[in-house]
Amino acid sequence: MSAVSVALPATGRTSALRNTLTIARRNLLHIKATPEQLVEMTIQPLMFLTLFVYVFGGAIASSSREYLQFALPGILVQGLAFLPFTTAIALNVDFQRGVIDRFRSLPISRSAVIAGRILADGARIVWSIVIITAFATLLGFRFGGGFAGAVAAFVLAAAFGITMCWPMAFIGITARTTESVNTWGFMIILPLSFASTAFVPLETLPGWLQGFVKANPLTSVIDAVRGLMLGGLPVARPVIQAVLWMAALTAVFAPLAILRYRRRV
Amino acid sequence: MTSAIEAEGLVKDFGKVCALDGIDMVAREGSVFGLLGPNGAGKTTAIRVLSTLLQPTAGRATVGGYDVVRQPREVRRLIGLTGQYAAVDELLSGQENLYMIGRLLGLSTRNARARGKELLDAFDLSDAAGKYVKQYSGGMRRRLDLAASLVGRPQFLYLDEPTTGLDPRSRLELWGMIRTLVAQGTTVLLTTQYLEEADRLADEIVVIDKGRVIAAGTPAQLKMRIAGQVLEARPVDPADLAAVEKILSSFAAGDEAAYNDGQLVTVSIAERSALGQAVRRLDEEGIVVEDLSLRRPSLDEVFLAITGHLAEDEPDPRDDDHERSST
Repeated sequence: MSAVSVALPATGRTSALRNTLTIARRNLLHIKATPEQLVEMTIQPLMFLTLFVYVFGGAIASSSREYLQFALPGILVQGLAFLPFTTAIALNVDFQRGVIDRFRSLPISRSAVIAGRILADGARIVWSIVIITAFATLLGFRFGGGFAGAVAAFVLAAAFGITMCWPMAFIGITARTTESVNTWGFMIILPLSFASTAFVPLETLPGWLQGFVKANPLTSVIDAVRGLMLGGLPVARPVIQAVLWMAALTAVFAPLAILRYRRRV
Repeated sequence: MTSAIEAEGLVKDFGKVCALDGIDMVAREGSVFGLLGPNGAGKTTAIRVLSTLLQPTAGRATVGGYDVVRQPREVRRLIGLTGQYAAVDELLSGQENLYMIGRLLGLSTRNARARGKELLDAFDLSDAAGKYVKQYSGGMRRRLDLAASLVGRPQFLYLDEPTTGLDPRSRLELWGMIRTLVAQGTTVLLTTQYLEEADRLADEIVVIDKGRVIAAGTPAQLKMRIAGQVLEARPVDPADLAAVEKILSSFAAGDEAAYNDGQLVTVSIAERSALGQAVRRLDEEGIVVEDLSLRRPSLDEVFLAITGHLAEDEPDPRDDDHERSST
């Protein structure tokens, strides 16, 4: 080893925002290293959309085309509910590999690691919304709620995706292994996404299930996004419910995740 | 001389398990301070407390004059940490890893890139700079990990079992790098379970076992703890081991018996004349030995003498930490 200067202290200013951007960049660079992530983010939702619309469409609605109108908002939101799995697994792996120890031994903002993770997922969420909506439009999906409705639907959907990062971050930080992250994540997200109004109308469900579906936060978000995208459906109530749900989930899980992050040693 | 790292009565409990049970230590500036002990002794916990990753249950510690509990940010500015596991990002290239840390430390994009390049060159990683770390060998990862902890030019470098799992050549290389850093004025806190490593690198050693300091001093002082010298013999025919053990035991200092590890018989002796006598006795019994030698005790033997048990390898190298948190 040749001489490496060690004498001078590092100079420069750090801010929480800059730290967050650096961590977000790092997380997004991971996509380059694992191209399967890009497939997961791109091909998978499209495959899901195609399969649902053309396999179940005719049986659930009168035609695939009609079902596409109904199901796209549901499939979009359902996809966004699964997307923060990346947050959970990536944080978990970072803890196990000692990368978090490295970050915590640096004089940087402690919230930057989680914030950077969520910011990176924000970019993935936007990507996911754009891809699936563009593809659905090609298949024949038409916005009935006008431009403002479409924009509001995307903002709400993206906000929901970000919201879901918090409980998933909590699971990722708490679980000891990536296997248990997967187990817990699926056990929570799968029933929530299927026992909702994502794929079928509420009225077609048995009475006992309707109660659960109505109380499911995903139902509120899906109804709100569907109403805003399609137009002609009631939106005020589901939008308010969705916003309240998101506020509540964030209020509970953001502090829990941050606390867990600080405590996990 | 200035004391750089000081700990007083450091205690850390993980529920029922007491990982640190009152550690006192003082590391001088510009020296290599070795924390030596078997797995589960509390070495990693000590490093984690001194690097502000863990809060001590009791006691106090300062690094460069800053309190690790009350002034963690100041402490973090002074330290570089290289963990037991290479804490580098596998999904980034070596270059991107160092750049990221430079940016986190507040370097400009240009300076972060330049600092990364400088370190990659210094650690002989230039050729692999653009490769993903997941493609690196174990030795390359450790070098990158060490480089990563040096981005901020730390005054204090913590090395937690830096050579665990490395092949002998990589280990020697890393030792050389550590010596160079110390020559440039860095204070190194080194934990190791390899007694040889502490012996080769450390100016001062604290031996810990079950969270307590059981011995402290320079490597030479610690070796003095075993009086006299060690005589060892390796018979050509393993069938002679028992006979050799019996012969060597008769020269043992005190009432200690010879130690037979299945190939080699070792005994601490009080008098040098034992070597000549041993040659004659072995000859009389018609035992042919491959190797018969007199030497100073190794730190392994010192450790055995102090703790009453050998520094053994345990299956989980993170044994220190198993009480950390639940699933």
